[in-house]
Amino acid sequence: MSMQREESLTTTGEVITNYTINFGPQHPAAHGVLRMVMELDGEVIERIDPHIGLLHRGTEKLIEQKTYLQALPYFDRLDYCSPLCMEHSYVLAIEKLLNLEVPLRAQYLRVLFAELTRICNHMLNMGAHILDVGAFTPNLWIMDLREDCLNFFERASGARMHSAWFRPGGVHQDVPEKLLVDIGDWLDNRFFQLFEDAMSLVMDNRIFKQRNVDIAIVSREDAIAWGFSGPMIRAAGIPWDLRKSQPYDVYDRMEFDIPVGTNSDCYDRFMVRVKEVYESAKIIRQCLRDMPTGPIASTDTKVVPPKRGEMKQSMEALIHHFKLYTEGFHVPAGEVYVATESPKGEFGVYLVSDGTNKPYRCKIRPTAFSHLQAMDFMSKGHMLPDATAILGAIDVVFGECDR
Amino acid sequence: MAVLHSAPKFASNEGVIDAISETISVWLIEAFEAHGEIIFRVQRDAIARVLEILRDDHAYQQLMEIAGADYPSRPERFEVVYMLQSLTKNHRVMVKCAASEDTPVPTVTTLWPNAGWLEREVFDMFGVTFAGNPDLRRILTDYGFEGHPFRKDFPMTGYTELRYSEEEKRVVYEPVVLAQEMRTFDFLSPWEGADYVLPGDEKSRGAPTVAEPKTTEKSGDTGAGKAADKAAAKSVSPAAPVTKDNGKPTPGAPDATSKEGGR
Repeated sequence: MSMQREESLTTTGEVITNYTINFGPQHPAAHGVLRMVMELDGEVIERIDPHIGLLHRGTEKLIEQKTYLQALPYFDRLDYCSPLCMEHSYVLAIEKLLNLEVPLRAQYLRVLFAELTRICNHMLNMGAHILDVGAFTPNLWIMDLREDCLNFFERASGARMHSAWFRPGGVHQDVPEKLLVDIGDWLDNRFFQLFEDAMSLVMDNRIFKQRNVDIAIVSREDAIAWGFSGPMIRAAGIPWDLRKSQPYDVYDRMEFDIPVGTNSDCYDRFMVRVKEVYESAKIIRQCLRDMPTGPIASTDTKVVPPKRGEMKQSMEALIHHFKLYTEGFHVPAGEVYVATESPKGEFGVYLVSDGTNKPYRCKIRPTAFSHLQAMDFMSKGHMLPDATAILGAIDVVFGECDR
Repeated sequence: MAVLHSAPKFASNEGVIDAISETISVWLIEAFEAHGEIIFRVQRDAIARVLEILRDDHAYQQLMEIAGADYPSRPERFEVVYMLQSLTKNHRVMVKCAASEDTPVPTVTTLWPNAGWLEREVFDMFGVTFAGNPDLRRILTDYGFEGHPFRKDFPMTGYTELRYSEEEKRVVYEPVVLAQEMRTFDFLSPWEGADYVLPGDEKSRGAPTVAEPKTTEKSGDTGAGKAADKAAAKSVSPAAPVTKDNGKPTPGAPDATSKEGGR
């Protein structure tokens, strides 16, 4: 951090001294590349001006140059902590424009892996949050659980993080039966023991509470006005969850609760995430229990490429394969805004199609934008070290914020 | 059309267009429903007023997103799209207005505090200005960046690139130099008579494009450089290497296969 001292004389001759501190762009508690210009009065934050865009890669511009399928992997690289949830919004947007039916098994698989992603994301965020406010051990413990999740993704898609596994019309490949068994087994025999162990270290920890309780209280009205979503709005006591209120895929068949906070401070945001992990586990169990057999991608051959084996036998399948991987599929002209509940909040995709094989415009609504923007008013009057707690509780990832 | 997709389902769109159109009819240009989305196109100058009515009278409490879009063929090339969400009615609508570079859009920071950054982003990416936004700085692009990258006429490669210079011990900005030409893969069905030439297929049609066709006056003038000229000037090519007769009989050709069939 660099410091600069500003002195100004008032009419009465006293000297008012404010510090301007540059927090970041490379700071371990900034969760990526965030630069915050902070104006401090002693150790009290007067004003914060977050400078974002240091990770801006022009994803939306790049997407305009690619076919719908080629653009999919860009979404993994937005919020790289929860890649599958990013893909989810995008494939649903395409399916909405195409009005494409997705087989039930594919919907179950997507929900199952979206929830696994949510656990994976929360493991990272909670670990980082705990680390930011001074505790070291729990992060190491729950990072181990995150590693388990990543191994499951690898077994499903071949990639630990950038899966590119959700596809318009379903998922790319079916999962082996053993993987589903192992996920259930992991939830029953491993996950909660370790998770509860780690959480027992922080949930009632005096220091952790001192650093989080009553920090950055946001009223319900403010939470709505600032466009909060996800755990940030739920911590404010508003039971708003897109999985429940605007269900997609098979979320309407799932039974789960929406944890809400009472005090709307950083501690509540943390605890909402802790409880969400339990709800996610509930959803995963229901998926494992109810998942039917059947196709894992739409049978519409004009959108979903054929299976390899089929290609060797059928001329038509070969032609479809060639057409879909060169020209791609055409999407009817129109525009949709599809938002799903990503682990961080509402993640939306505004997709404009002009009827060709490439998106005309693809605007991505990052969750962090409205949350980070509120950083200024949330931290006003708090101490400098609280800024890291507030930032940790926002759960910000710059791949998604800067795009 | 029956809904087959499994995208998020919110409250029914029935009657929403009529109910809202009635209250904003003065400024309304067009209202329609397509792909399950309700879209209102309104006059630019009234956008703040319209959104205020939607927020206060129709309970669309949250502004989730402001998206810009560029349609260069239109007289007012930019479109600014506001995505509103109602928590109480569980419903979403889109409101949009057209704008050009020199026609500012009224700000909605007075209605929603989070509109500030959203408008900054549209300004940064498209160059649409927002009248009344107190802090209309660039947001995502670099400090000192020029241009508006998401316009359709902005090249994807950009104009400048930067690198760390070991000599100057700092990051330097330079014009973009591409090692090879930027390739655009346009696979828009080339076998159905596309209106462009396929890469590598440039010479297939029409007369050669060379202004002065190359001709040679004499045999020593090959047009392929000095070395070739020198070689061509030799009237006779060198003789074949002399083969020495070493007295041994040359092996004869194998016998023809008999008609009766091989082995």
